[in-house]
Amino acid sequence: MTKSELIEKLSGEFTQMQARDVELSVKEMLEFMAQTLQKGERIEIRGFGSFSLHYRDARVGRNPKTGESVQLEGKFVPHFKPGKELRDRVDI
Amino acid sequence: MALTKAEMAEHLFDKFGLNKKDSKDLVEAFFEEIKCCLEAGEQVKLSGFGNFDLRTKKERPGRNPKTGEDIPIKARRVVTFKPGQKLKSRVETAPAVKD
Repeated sequence: MTKSELIEKLSGEFTQMQARDVELSVKEMLEFMAQTLQKGERIEIRGFGSFSLHYRDARVGRNPKTGESVQLEGKFVPHFKPGKELRDRVDI
Repeated sequence: MALTKAEMAEHLFDKFGLNKKDSKDLVEAFFEEIKCCLEAGEQVKLSGFGNFDLRTKKERPGRNPKTGEDIPIKARRVVTFKPGQKLKSRVETAPAVKD
């Protein structure tokens, strides 16, 4: 399922709302979630899971084309931990 | 403080002037639809944010850390999240914080 398919599904469910508002809302939810992580804050959605940031230490990387060494800065990467309900529902 | 569904609904109310019930129901339905899709065994791709993928794991040997007893970890299906390039670049330099 893609974002546009998700928007279509929700528009079909929320017939009392303008389809345009559903679309804007879905996009805004994702934008707001991205902004939250960008600020270094966590997201906790009961029954779904939580998003947080994990730190990756600085390291010396290599340009795979040239074999040249490059110093890479430490950085944060997004991390998702599925919640119990999602884990149970997805398991076979 | 972590972002919750209640705050997301509040944000939609503030930003678009949706009514409170629609905002709350929409946030709830947004996550529910994603869960349903994954439960049905289908991947969810949210461009600009990331993909929720499914992985099937084989049974493997495990151990009860408390008792030291050997017990197999059953075969299972799990969700993994692969952040998109856009999200990754946005959080790279996030201020160090608070878990």
